[in-house]
Amino acid sequence: MNGTILRAEQLQAFYVLDIFGTRRVIKAVDGVNLEIRENEVYGIAGESGCGKSTLLKALYGAMDPPLRLIGGKVYYRVEGKDVDIFSLRPDDVKKLRWEYISYVPQGSMSVLNPVIKVKEAYRDFLESHVRGKTRGEIFEIAKEHIAALGLPPTVLEAYPHQLSGGMRQRVTIALAALLKPRIMIADEPTTALDVVVQRGVIQLLKSIQESLGNTIILVTHDMGVQANVADRVGIMYAGKIVEEASVEEIFGNPLHPYTRYLINSLPRFGDKGTRESVPGSPPSLIDPPSGCSFHPRCPYTRPICREQTPGFFEPVAHHKVACWLMGER
Amino acid sequence: MEKLLEVENLTKVFTLGSLLSRIRIRAVDDVSFHIRPAEIFTLAGESGCGKTTIARIILGFEEPTSGAVIYGGKKGAKNERVWFTEGVQAIFQDPFGTFNPLRTVEQYFFETIQNYRLARTREEGVRLIDEKLRAVGLSYEEFAGKYPSEFSGGQLQRISIARALLTDPKLLVADEPVSMVDASLRMSVVNLFKKLREEMGVSVVYITHDLATAYYVGDRIAIMFRGNIVEMGPVEKVLIEPLHPYTRLLRESIPEADPSRRWGGRIALTETEYQEYLRTGCKFAGRCPEVMEVCRNRVPGYVEVDGVQVRCHKYNPL
Amino acid sequence: MKVLKDLFRDYRFVLSFCVLCLLLFLAFLTVFSPYDPTLWGVVPRDLKPSWKYLLGTSSKGQDIFWQAAFAVRNSLIISVIAGVVSRVIAVTVGMVAGYKGGLTDRILMFLSDSFLVIPLFLIIVMLAMLVRQMMNLVTLGLLLAIFGWAWDARLIRSQILSLREREFTQTAVLSGTGTLRLVLKEYMPFATPLVFSTLINNMSWAIGMEITLAILGLVNMDIPTLGTMLQWAISYQAMFLGYWWWLLTPVVLAILLFVALYWLSVSVSEYLDPRTRLQRVGAQ
Repeated sequence: MNGTILRAEQLQAFYVLDIFGTRRVIKAVDGVNLEIRENEVYGIAGESGCGKSTLLKALYGAMDPPLRLIGGKVYYRVEGKDVDIFSLRPDDVKKLRWEYISYVPQGSMSVLNPVIKVKEAYRDFLESHVRGKTRGEIFEIAKEHIAALGLPPTVLEAYPHQLSGGMRQRVTIALAALLKPRIMIADEPTTALDVVVQRGVIQLLKSIQESLGNTIILVTHDMGVQANVADRVGIMYAGKIVEEASVEEIFGNPLHPYTRYLINSLPRFGDKGTRESVPGSPPSLIDPPSGCSFHPRCPYTRPICREQTPGFFEPVAHHKVACWLMGER
Repeated sequence: MEKLLEVENLTKVFTLGSLLSRIRIRAVDDVSFHIRPAEIFTLAGESGCGKTTIARIILGFEEPTSGAVIYGGKKGAKNERVWFTEGVQAIFQDPFGTFNPLRTVEQYFFETIQNYRLARTREEGVRLIDEKLRAVGLSYEEFAGKYPSEFSGGQLQRISIARALLTDPKLLVADEPVSMVDASLRMSVVNLFKKLREEMGVSVVYITHDLATAYYVGDRIAIMFRGNIVEMGPVEKVLIEPLHPYTRLLRESIPEADPSRRWGGRIALTETEYQEYLRTGCKFAGRCPEVMEVCRNRVPGYVEVDGVQVRCHKYNPL
Repeated sequence: MKVLKDLFRDYRFVLSFCVLCLLLFLAFLTVFSPYDPTLWGVVPRDLKPSWKYLLGTSSKGQDIFWQAAFAVRNSLIISVIAGVVSRVIAVTVGMVAGYKGGLTDRILMFLSDSFLVIPLFLIIVMLAMLVRQMMNLVTLGLLLAIFGWAWDARLIRSQILSLREREFTQTAVLSGTGTLRLVLKEYMPFATPLVFSTLINNMSWAIGMEITLAILGLVNMDIPTLGTMLQWAISYQAMFLGYWWWLLTPVVLAILLFVALYWLSVSVSEYLDPRTRLQRVGAQ
């Protein structure tokens, strides 16, 4: 088993809003424990509004107001030691970014500067992190990198608007991998992309992971993508991780009632039988249900589910489930 | 076999660019198909294939360059949209864009009722709204007085369907109705289409790029590529045993929710959209793994193979 | 009155509201004026402020306090007429041009651009010279209105153009809503903050123009307005003679009015901005 490269302990990150005198607290990440290993693709899945994007921001250390760290810690394993990123000075955190950990945000097709060519964006990056190279050498590095990832080298000479959405996405991902970071975080890299283009993006992520041997944390609500690319999957619901297991276990043996609904609602070719989606609607993060946040929609609710939030049970090795039903076995 | 809606040789050309450099894009290129009553017809393809343009033409928001839309035997004219839209309604892609964020959702319902004279008193109107809401799994109490932002995407999309059902339409044009809805809530919307077809005999033009739901809910399907229909037929045949190389590519590229069936080969994406649109001959020739010389020069005609219409030189008896 | 309560959280609104209330009160007081504002020599000249004459008297023999009250009232009347009439024109032109598009749009925008391009100031000066004797509050207000709509019409048109592409427009069409009702019901909530803030700006502009025209002597100098008061004070050398109460009164009042209107416009348009309104909707 590989070593741990990123650890989150009881992470709590809320949005604290003050609109016209009314205070609203959105509990986007409410007590998350994660252990991400080296050389793996860890997928985080869940409905929109469950807090996955916020979790990524917290793991990256990007806590801009109104997002605030309420509790918990996030550790990166840098050179054999655990580093608590929230105790670092802003300069130190900046050093880690892009070289140790990089972040591809949602809708990152719009992240490239529209008035400069793509190669300039790459140059900016390289120049601020790699010393002692001439311009020509920097462009060579960029070209090699692009070619190694299977992208056409003409991409460097183009302006962002001249590229299609899918191509821009791949360029941004390639940019994030430029400095060979140990961890790459990608937030919904394939939404709004066509099926064939989506495949290209996923293949790119996979080939980066294989060649660098690093870790990719991938957030997407598309379970098909998770099945194709993730090694382990964490299912997120209402700000907490409710199930975590290898991708085969999650799809073959889902244990949490929410995961079961999720997996069973996916349409499959060759089977036109009726499928049901999860009943009810996603919970409000401002006023989440008491105890286990899934209990209003769960067909197996017990009295304890309403009162206490379940911790992780491990009914099968390396398969964690936060559900009181597991405690009964 | 009557035809509820027929699209005949529909073509739409967009001209882009300035006075000096004009590009003419045939967004819809000689498309013909028909829809029967109580049938879910899927129009599938990637973005830029022309499916949304066809939807807009059917609904009257766009004028075709040539060709006709025939509904119930009558050709639709520009000013006759009112009678047309009573029988034809639409659902759009972004549930939060479908309703004005600054108005309560019910106002659209009451407006529809007033404009089409569907009820005489307010009580009658409320009853009608409640009936349609229950058909989609909601009730009037949990809906009244609320703004669009107070609902989830899936709920709002179902409300959008309820609004469309107010006039008892025979045809529903659904443009990517679930692409912005969470994967976990998609079934609730898609199952509704099945129910509408079975219980109320409504036909649905289901426009999507998600072939998995297209397989699940569709009866017949037409695959579009850069403005042309390349394959059309029953969903079982087209999606399980695709004939056209593009359909095969699409089918293979769908990430299946099964870790044991991951993608094997890799694909190359090099040509831009513009270049593909402007090809003479078959537009897919640039990417087709089975391309032949004739493909680059001549546009293939339609051939019928085992109940499926294909537009590909492979099947041309030449 | 949740609306007022929410607005009062903004200090800018509170201050501007108070100042405007004060000024309106002042304007209202004119009903009780003991003097006819157009007459000269009704009180002893050039007296400093005292308890009898709160703001002193002018060289024309007028009580400055009451003159000021009338000035505020008249200036406000002019600016309100100018602002409201020009809004009506701007909104109509903007909405029709935006929604209809095509030839109508081009004609209307050509018209609007013409009004923007022609040297406004010179035309106003010319017209003012021609109709000087017939100029009263209403005609001046209308004159300013005719020249104040062009810019904002284009603003509103842009807003309508972008709203036309949104999907809820299509929903409204499919609901059978006719064009006029569609534009009024669907787009007005978005256009209202624009209309309101441009109204206030236009009012400020009108007051400024009035003052400028008065200094140039192009309005009816008998009617007391902020501009005419200032002009009389200048022409009677109030600055050199040290009659600061006469000179400062219109200046200070004008400044108060400008600042109050600006703060009002900023705070209310922030309140009405669709984005903050959406946040409030969610918070309810």
